[in-house]
Amino acid sequence: MNISNVSKVFLVLSLSTSYAAMAAEGDVSDSDRIAQYREMIADGNPAEFDEMAGEELWKTPAGPKKATLEKCNLGKGPGVVKGAYAALPRYFKDTRKVQDLESRLLTCMTTLQGIPEEQITAKPFSSDQKKSDISSLATYVVGQSKGIKMAVSLKHPKEKEAYEIGQRIFYYRAGPYDFACSTCHATSDVRIRMQDLPNFNVQKDAQAAYTSWPAYRVSQGLTRSFQWRLNDCFRQQRFPEPKFASEATIALTMFLAVNANGAEYAGPGLKR
Amino acid sequence: MGNPMKIRAAVKEGVTEVKVLMQHNMETGLRKGADGNLIPAWFITEVKAQYQGRTVLEAQFGQSVSKNPYLLFRFKGGAAGEKVSISWVDNTGDSRTDEVAITA
Amino acid sequence: MNMETNLERRKALKTGASFGLLAVLGAFGLLKSGAAMAEWNKAAFSSKTMEDALSAMGMSSPEDGAASIQLTVPEIAENGAVVPVTVASTLPNVEQISIFVDKNPNVMAANFVLPAGTEGMVTTRVKMGKTANIVAVVKADGKYYRTAKEVKVTAGGCGG
Repeated sequence: MNISNVSKVFLVLSLSTSYAAMAAEGDVSDSDRIAQYREMIADGNPAEFDEMAGEELWKTPAGPKKATLEKCNLGKGPGVVKGAYAALPRYFKDTRKVQDLESRLLTCMTTLQGIPEEQITAKPFSSDQKKSDISSLATYVVGQSKGIKMAVSLKHPKEKEAYEIGQRIFYYRAGPYDFACSTCHATSDVRIRMQDLPNFNVQKDAQAAYTSWPAYRVSQGLTRSFQWRLNDCFRQQRFPEPKFASEATIALTMFLAVNANGAEYAGPGLKR
Repeated sequence: MGNPMKIRAAVKEGVTEVKVLMQHNMETGLRKGADGNLIPAWFITEVKAQYQGRTVLEAQFGQSVSKNPYLLFRFKGGAAGEKVSISWVDNTGDSRTDEVAITA
Repeated sequence: MNMETNLERRKALKTGASFGLLAVLGAFGLLKSGAAMAEWNKAAFSSKTMEDALSAMGMSSPEDGAASIQLTVPEIAENGAVVPVTVASTLPNVEQISIFVDKNPNVMAANFVLPAGTEGMVTTRVKMGKTANIVAVVKADGKYYRTAKEVKVTAGGCGG
């Protein structure tokens, strides 16, 4: 904890006082009140526990090959974690694929540690009963990009292709409700119940949304990975749930990540 | 043995501010699991904070404290390098103690 | 590692853990013998109403603390699972701070004992089943003061 965090608490306390004053004048919106709530809980994010667990998993020998992940190449060279997430997804020569963080972790866990892919993808998301290793690993890796500017490349033709596929998926209407990602996330001033929804056509919104995931979900008491977040979007659209780390989810991630370029990565986040 | 806590203690102008995040499910005993049965109550009941062996805060918790409990408090004194320790026990008798050095 | 050493290690771990537990219990025990230590008050923590909880805590008729207690809570909690609460008081010699949620199944959330030298404030987070009042009781110089603020709890969205 540094002094700036300490002063943040004072700021939050004084902010809440000013919000109270505003409320008395009757000109404070529910969105402001929710912003106030979010500021008040911003410090002390339980996602830190997943970062700790993920770091331990990264450094502990595991799998049939009893290897650590310390030689895992996330795009910045073997073992380089710092800043890796801010440049993902990207094209990897060894797999000849565009990969997001979780699919790349999957590659490292299967090749370096020899863990069968089915074992990892059977239950890739955390539950009340059991935290997911790949999710904890992802939380650790993203934490090492905090404060680093998003710079996802579109230089490789495969990267460009993934972006374009992702864009098409974003606007693709289907399912029993004729729904698309864009139904909720391409218009300003819409909300679900109390939550203002980010408009991905607005750079600031797109950046704020992408750079705050993965996140600890207060309502679920769990840290949720980006793959989980997209999976949940598809579930809510009443689409078939995509396969973990499938090409479609990676392409959609590519589209969303590129739209966040230029913003400092701020996760893991803390959300309702 | 419980899971590790995150503790931060920083001294500024003669006052040490301590922030603690504990790792605990804090089950109320009133919530049903996926199988339809109640999940048994499981929560931290007592917390104690010590600075150089002196108690600076004691707390008793009920089921209404949030999952992964958070605490912030301040005490007079403290110097960089000195230790603050936090201990908790829960209703099943499990416990945990962690300590941290105060930073300036 | 063969089976035997594994077992040895497990034994060692088990002993280590119970030593740890004993040490903590010992520390708590030591404190309980001191005058200031409050026991985990089962009657208060299982009270269903504010009246019962206050009475179990021996706080039956606290004075109005609206002016002397600064209770900071959000007006709206986006999720009732985590509601931040800060109780602070400018009163001299704050010895105890108690936090209640008046519509929760068990109304008492937490009790804090503050020895001399600890500032009269604490921040924590509580669960709220629904919109309710957060009640703070502060004991200063042997007297009890009470204040309350309503927090609206929203159901939240549907996964976004």
